[in-house]
Amino acid sequence: MTAMRLPNGGLVDRTQPLRFQFDGMEITGFAGDTIASALLANDIVLAGRSFKLHRPRGFVGAGYDDGIMVDRLSPRPAPNQLAAVTGIEPGAVYRSVSTWPSARRDFGAVAGFFAPLLPAGFYYKTFMRPSWHLFEPLIRAAAGLGRVPVETWQPTSESRYGDCDVLVVGAGPAGLAAASTAGASGARVMLVDDQPSPGGRLLHDGFADQAWLAEMLAMLEAMPNVRRLPQSSVWAYHEHNLLTVIERAPSDARDLDFRTWKVRARQVVIAAGAQERPIPFPDSDRPGVMLASAARSYLHRHGVRVGARAIVFTNNDSAYATALDLAQAGSAVTVLDARPTVAPEVQARAADRGIRLRTGAQVVRAIGRARVSALEFETAQGRERLDCDLVAVSGGWNPAFHLASQSRQATSVWRPDIATFVARHASEDFSIAGAATGTFGTSDCAREGAAAAATALGRLGIKSPAVPVPESGDAFVANEVHPLWFVPRSKGAGKVFVDLSGDVSTDDLGLAMREGYDSIELIKRYTTAGMGVDQGKTGNVNVIAVVGALSGQPADAVGTTTFRPPYVPVEFGAIAGARSQARLYPWRHTPLTGWHVEQGAVMYEAGLRWQRPGYYPQPGEDWSAAAQREARAVREGVGVYDGTPLGKFQLKGPDVPRLLDLAYVGDFSKLKPRRGKYSVMMSDDGLILDDGVTFRLDEHRWLLHSSTGAADRVHGHLEQLLQVHRPDWRVSLIPVTTQWANATLCGPLARDVLAALNPDFDISNKALPFMGMVEGHVAGLPVRVFRVSWTGELSFELNTPARHGPALWQAVMQAGARFAITPVGSEANHILRVEAGYLSTGHEVDGTADVHDLGLSGLIGPAKTDFLGKRSMEIRRRADPSRFELVGLLPEQGQMVPEGAPITPGGDRIDQEGFVSACVMSVAQQRPVALGLLREGRRRMGETVRARVRDRIIAMQVVEPVFHDASRSRVKS
Amino acid sequence: MLLIDCPFCGKRPEGEFSCLGEAVAPRPDPAGLDDDTWSAWLVGRENRRGFHSERWWHVRSCGRVFTITRDTVTHAIQPHAEAGQ
Repeated sequence: MTAMRLPNGGLVDRTQPLRFQFDGMEITGFAGDTIASALLANDIVLAGRSFKLHRPRGFVGAGYDDGIMVDRLSPRPAPNQLAAVTGIEPGAVYRSVSTWPSARRDFGAVAGFFAPLLPAGFYYKTFMRPSWHLFEPLIRAAAGLGRVPVETWQPTSESRYGDCDVLVVGAGPAGLAAASTAGASGARVMLVDDQPSPGGRLLHDGFADQAWLAEMLAMLEAMPNVRRLPQSSVWAYHEHNLLTVIERAPSDARDLDFRTWKVRARQVVIAAGAQERPIPFPDSDRPGVMLASAARSYLHRHGVRVGARAIVFTNNDSAYATALDLAQAGSAVTVLDARPTVAPEVQARAADRGIRLRTGAQVVRAIGRARVSALEFETAQGRERLDCDLVAVSGGWNPAFHLASQSRQATSVWRPDIATFVARHASEDFSIAGAATGTFGTSDCAREGAAAAATALGRLGIKSPAVPVPESGDAFVANEVHPLWFVPRSKGAGKVFVDLSGDVSTDDLGLAMREGYDSIELIKRYTTAGMGVDQGKTGNVNVIAVVGALSGQPADAVGTTTFRPPYVPVEFGAIAGARSQARLYPWRHTPLTGWHVEQGAVMYEAGLRWQRPGYYPQPGEDWSAAAQREARAVREGVGVYDGTPLGKFQLKGPDVPRLLDLAYVGDFSKLKPRRGKYSVMMSDDGLILDDGVTFRLDEHRWLLHSSTGAADRVHGHLEQLLQVHRPDWRVSLIPVTTQWANATLCGPLARDVLAALNPDFDISNKALPFMGMVEGHVAGLPVRVFRVSWTGELSFELNTPARHGPALWQAVMQAGARFAITPVGSEANHILRVEAGYLSTGHEVDGTADVHDLGLSGLIGPAKTDFLGKRSMEIRRRADPSRFELVGLLPEQGQMVPEGAPITPGGDRIDQEGFVSACVMSVAQQRPVALGLLREGRRRMGETVRARVRDRIIAMQVVEPVFHDASRSRVKS
Repeated sequence: MLLIDCPFCGKRPEGEFSCLGEAVAPRPDPAGLDDDTWSAWLVGRENRRGFHSERWWHVRSCGRVFTITRDTVTHAIQPHAEAGQ
């Protein structure tokens, strides 16, 4: 055993052993262990395989910087759990990722032999002939991460909006000092930290000043104005100080797995710490090679000593803390320091603990495959080999200023002393403090945190109190880094992996640049460096520096890539919160939904989340039989449908006629009261926005109808027209769609039913002609009646204030009973309108056909010099004189043609000359009929054209686009 | 999510509004214009990096259309101009 649990030490609870399974092995850990620490405690160092090449991999970090994932099979099956972050649970079953059958014996390892065929961007180069699809299944099976479980676990999540005076990101020394300062002033503070206990690196540094930590915690606990979110991450910094936070397993709500916050903070203090980076060398990705701080973290948090014969490879002082702690825990430790000299105090302390030190040392390669067993290194004395079971590497520390960058108010700037990037900004919205600014050393960090809070409070006009800061310094701080970005390959040495999650080596970076991908953004995308689960936390700065070294530029000339959220992986279920299925985007119901459902209607979405009945099936009927029956009832008797969702807008004012004349193609200024007019509304770019009938109620009041789905667009269109382009016009525009419920009677017996409703107005054709309207009462209920038709039959649209909707329908059904009145759904409506040759937005009005194409040229007011869209329509028609025009189509041999089927010359697989916009089984003609758009269709009447449906060709005859009552005699009766 | 200062309602979150895009001049009379000039007004946009004027419609509250000046990189918003222009 070389990695082992020590009998004492760490924050785990040794009185609470927990058993779980990993890759079929029974493992025992303790409460407080992560999956990673429990595996390491049991000397399981190989925990997964790399993404592309299936190389054996172990734990490199001890938190969100580590890329090892496991699938949790039970409880709550979920793939891709970060092993170094996820706490173990009793009875849990975990499986390694990208492995089969297990991490130890992975068949995918053969991918290693194909490594020469799998360089960066290989999918553009190799596995291409005869067809990529031959290799695709194999490569997809070999690559990829966790497997989606068959039974899915739905996390219980809640979304909340928060606001506070100061949001502090990170509860390390800087964050604690900032939160205490802000809290003590009385400001409302939120303190977010990703660990279960606060303290940040203080917890895994073995830091002597635990008393200060305890004092801070006590202070914060006593402040009700400070809200602490442990095990939580700020994952995005949005505009105007809106930050998104994921709170995991909130302690105040045991039933919640997640709570997602959108916090609007008046001020933000970013104290997110710094991230250690390794020094890549040949085969440094072997299990057993990890960050020096990770080795220390496993020791102090979990009481796990990860190696008995440790080599510490470093270019700065901070790794000596690891060396000393490991030696104290009983390991034999050798330090290989890349620097030519090391400070005498540091040397002395190392010597005190029996640590051997070699300076001017560079590791040449790692030996071992499933686990590192030795290192070869070079000094001035030549090359040597040293056995080991752990390599703890430190190449320096990268300040975590990602959130500042996400705010788009900071730029990355190179600091040569610590050989890394820091943020420069002039924002008044946030401050950065501590290691996140490149300040290392606990006292300095705490002082900076307090100062940042004071700055934030000052911007809010709040006085800040003084809080205690720790006095003791750290022995080993990475204040001066001797840059060693990577050790190049030499004879016999393996690849140098710079980004572990993406399997990106120095070879890949060099290749990318030789192929011309020379900007860091292109290199990132071409090699996938920084795009893996760790999002480049350990690798990115090294990648940038390697690119600089290979291209002969300094790292800050290479620059950083754009920082984007999320900072850590976030489950989609957590983001969705409780907004799933119907709650994500609620349905809109008319007052009649209850009645429709009671009648057995199958409800459809009619557009804009409106629920409308699709059809009312009677026993034994499918949708087609029901639709046929309902449509026949309308043609032969009388039907009623619910047209409530159609858009309605009340217009009032002396300039309404001018508005309508500008917005519509037709003439409205001469429209008489109690009359309506059908017209088409275009947007100014010459495309049809909507069509509908607008009525003049009286001299000043109008009612504009739009289609259901376009109602919101029409609203915005008219508002913009009035407020921006014609602000001097006196028009009041009010959407009233939901104010009126609707029952539309349609069919030859419609007037009979209306008579049976006891109207208090004249319903004769003379008094109430087609396109006329009247206000009055039926069955004692106030109504507006409009004579419009979309079915091609005599039709009365009865509109009543919404609260009377159900009563109106009851009255209609009662009055219509002796006429066998039939409720009609949208399927039947579709049949009826296609037969009648009426247009529908989304079908014939497809966004490219204009008024002339659809045969509606007659709608254009002949004297109109201008209306929205006129000029652009002319420009378009001049540019493309050969138009797709509305035609009717009769498919041969009684075949139905799917909507959208292309019409191609000869039915060949070539560019289409049109498409079928709608096809229904006509009740009027007892055969399939269709509408469509066909190039120059109007002069091709009688021709036979061909629709192509995959490999089937359906011949159709081109006819006039109306199949029932072309003279509209029934509508006008 | 932007915090937009509506001239009537004060600072409200972006979700209450509908963005109407870059603020363009009021609609000219197409009659006197050649095709290129008309098209330029219709679809041409500066798409500036930095401060630019854009219109927002407070659709889920007061219904007012107004103009703001926003930096397209940092999202900083300057106090708004006159409504309707």
